[in-house]
Amino acid sequence: MDRPLTEMEAGQEATIVAVHGGRGMQSRLRSMGLAEGQRIRKLSALALGGPIVVLVDRAQVAIGRGMARRILVRA
Amino acid sequence: MQAADKRNPSEIPGQARRGDRPPARVTNERQRSRATRGPTISDILLVGQPNVGKSVLFSRLTGVRTIASNYPGTTVSYTQGRMRSGGTNYLVVDAPGTYSLEPLDEAARAAVDLIDESRRIINVLDATHLERHLPLTFELLAQGKPLVVALNMSDEARHRGIAIDAQALAAELGVPVVPIVARTGEGVRRLVDSCLALPAPQEHRLDQGGHPGHHPHLQRPPHGGVRLPKSAHRHLDRDRVWQKIGGTVQRVQTLSHHHHSFAERLEELSIHPLWGSLLALVAVAAAFALVRLLGEFLIAGAVGVFGEPWLELPFGTELAFERLLGPLLARLSGILGAGGFLHRLLIGTLIDGQIDFMQSFGILSSGLFIPLGVVLPYLFSFYLVLSLLEDSGYLPRLAVFLDNLMHRLGLHGYAIIPTLLGLGCNVPGIMATRILEGKRQRFVAATLISIAVPCAALQAMIVGLVGQRGLGPLALVYGILFAVWLAISLALRFTSREFRPELLVEIPPYRLPSPRALAAKMWMRLSGFVREALPIVLGSIAAVNLLYQLGLFEALAGAAEPVVTRLWGMPREAVVPLLVGILRKDVALGLLAPLALTTKQLVTGSVLLAMFFPCIATFVVLFRELGFKDGLKSLGIMLAAVFVTGSLLNLVL
Repeated sequence: MDRPLTEMEAGQEATIVAVHGGRGMQSRLRSMGLAEGQRIRKLSALALGGPIVVLVDRAQVAIGRGMARRILVRA
Repeated sequence: MQAADKRNPSEIPGQARRGDRPPARVTNERQRSRATRGPTISDILLVGQPNVGKSVLFSRLTGVRTIASNYPGTTVSYTQGRMRSGGTNYLVVDAPGTYSLEPLDEAARAAVDLIDESRRIINVLDATHLERHLPLTFELLAQGKPLVVALNMSDEARHRGIAIDAQALAAELGVPVVPIVARTGEGVRRLVDSCLALPAPQEHRLDQGGHPGHHPHLQRPPHGGVRLPKSAHRHLDRDRVWQKIGGTVQRVQTLSHHHHSFAERLEELSIHPLWGSLLALVAVAAAFALVRLLGEFLIAGAVGVFGEPWLELPFGTELAFERLLGPLLARLSGILGAGGFLHRLLIGTLIDGQIDFMQSFGILSSGLFIPLGVVLPYLFSFYLVLSLLEDSGYLPRLAVFLDNLMHRLGLHGYAIIPTLLGLGCNVPGIMATRILEGKRQRFVAATLISIAVPCAALQAMIVGLVGQRGLGPLALVYGILFAVWLAISLALRFTSREFRPELLVEIPPYRLPSPRALAAKMWMRLSGFVREALPIVLGSIAAVNLLYQLGLFEALAGAAEPVVTRLWGMPREAVVPLLVGILRKDVALGLLAPLALTTKQLVTGSVLLAMFFPCIATFVVLFRELGFKDGLKSLGIMLAAVFVTGSLLNLVL
């Protein structure tokens, strides 16, 4: 099942299947290593609707919630 | 920007000469403001993603000290310096960190301009995250400039069980690859040798016919010697590049298992929704307490955070000034005779027949004591604590935690970094707003810093003066300033519907701060203060004394009186300090000291001074960073805020 990164459980691993966004957003995410086919691990969703922290290529990246909602992942 | 050319001509910095640096040449945090005004043509350009240690390598190569911190975006503009090797001078430029050459933000645009104006490029990579850094390398290869790849932090990679075959990588890329540790200098000499061995064109031309650095698999830029518009040749076939990177990494990198370190456990804890929030609260409270503890100790030898000190030791700048300078000035005072022109200029007015370093206001008494005896100790302890937060890597985590709150105020989580820097000095704070995306973000952050963030100099005086009336009034001053900060950011948020870019940042790993880098950073920041602030303080005290004696202030005070006395409830004499605040706020607050103000007036005066015109240095930087039109807008907001706050405080308090 594909679901947004925001709905994934912390501590789980998944693969990015789609990024819904304009070219600017795609390219910003890609420069952080977040692109289709990339394996990631969700580390944390910060309190009060704060950013989501994922592990990608052994680096921690914090993603704003609105952007994370547009990243689809598959377990 | 100064070059450090004191090196022996044959010397190239490297591990062999560790610790043997030319005397400090300080660049301060005022880097060149615009890349377009750039150096003529750089011989060596350092390019890499944010936070890979370019600035550390740059310091190694040139001996020029720069500010390096453990978070992306420390070098917001470029820095240049000179490296001497084999009797030749080379111009080395450190470009701001950029993830890509696609000009999405200012850093990338600056880097692209600098690349066009360079002879050779050193591409600095982080060996611990090869796959994240290679995309930029491929973009650089497509530029066709002579290129060397420096694999930085190769010690950390080894430590984490990452082995990279540099020779295999060099074969894949078609350019030399040198593993280095910029922090210690390991491999830097080899890097310089292979960089200088590259065939460098005398003039900059984009086509480098047949230089060995050209990658066979990549399409050549579709031009021959003619410069195309920048964007035309900078878009590569992205998917192909990403596939290639995956393959390259697999072939050159071997991972072995390693155990979770303490730092990694702490990293997990500090982004946990609950524990991380608690840690953030504790860290911020501890940081403020530590700044105050250390500051008070350095000034008065007092040990304690709140209220009466627990312990008082015979130590501190107060004592030093009284014992060393006191007797000298007393003798001078006797010679000059109280009340004379020179006496008032040099020593000031005697308070109860004595020289009071805080209140006398002569050039040699308060003029020396305020910047060196009060402000410098506070600045020292503030920058020490801030540098520890920066270098350990905690600051970006704090930014991520505050992102949501800051977003509600119309700001980005990262706006906390310029704001915290502004608590030291507004000038580097406003310059650091460049790490924010978008003109509007920068405008809001810079305006807020210039109005509602008191610098360390001002805070030292506020703590000294208002703190005498108790903790309550002191907390009130900070509370009001915070409320003003909130009110202005909310007001600005609702007047603009501009899209606010969402947070997307890499969180750096925790690193143990290196004492050497810490000391260099502290030295740069503090010596910058002494060099730049001391002359202004002395000058403004002299100017104030002269204007007083000429009776000029009387005329000015008359004109401003209605607003100051009726609307704000301040005494007539407070007009002068408010005007002096335009030059230096700490000095201005010192002028309020002898006025016998009520606590209410002192609180109002401190708040108004903090908000009123930024000091001359901040003023200049504000206009330079925002441009004339937005600078005026920012000043308009300031004047409106001061007017409203002053009137409200008079009614409410």
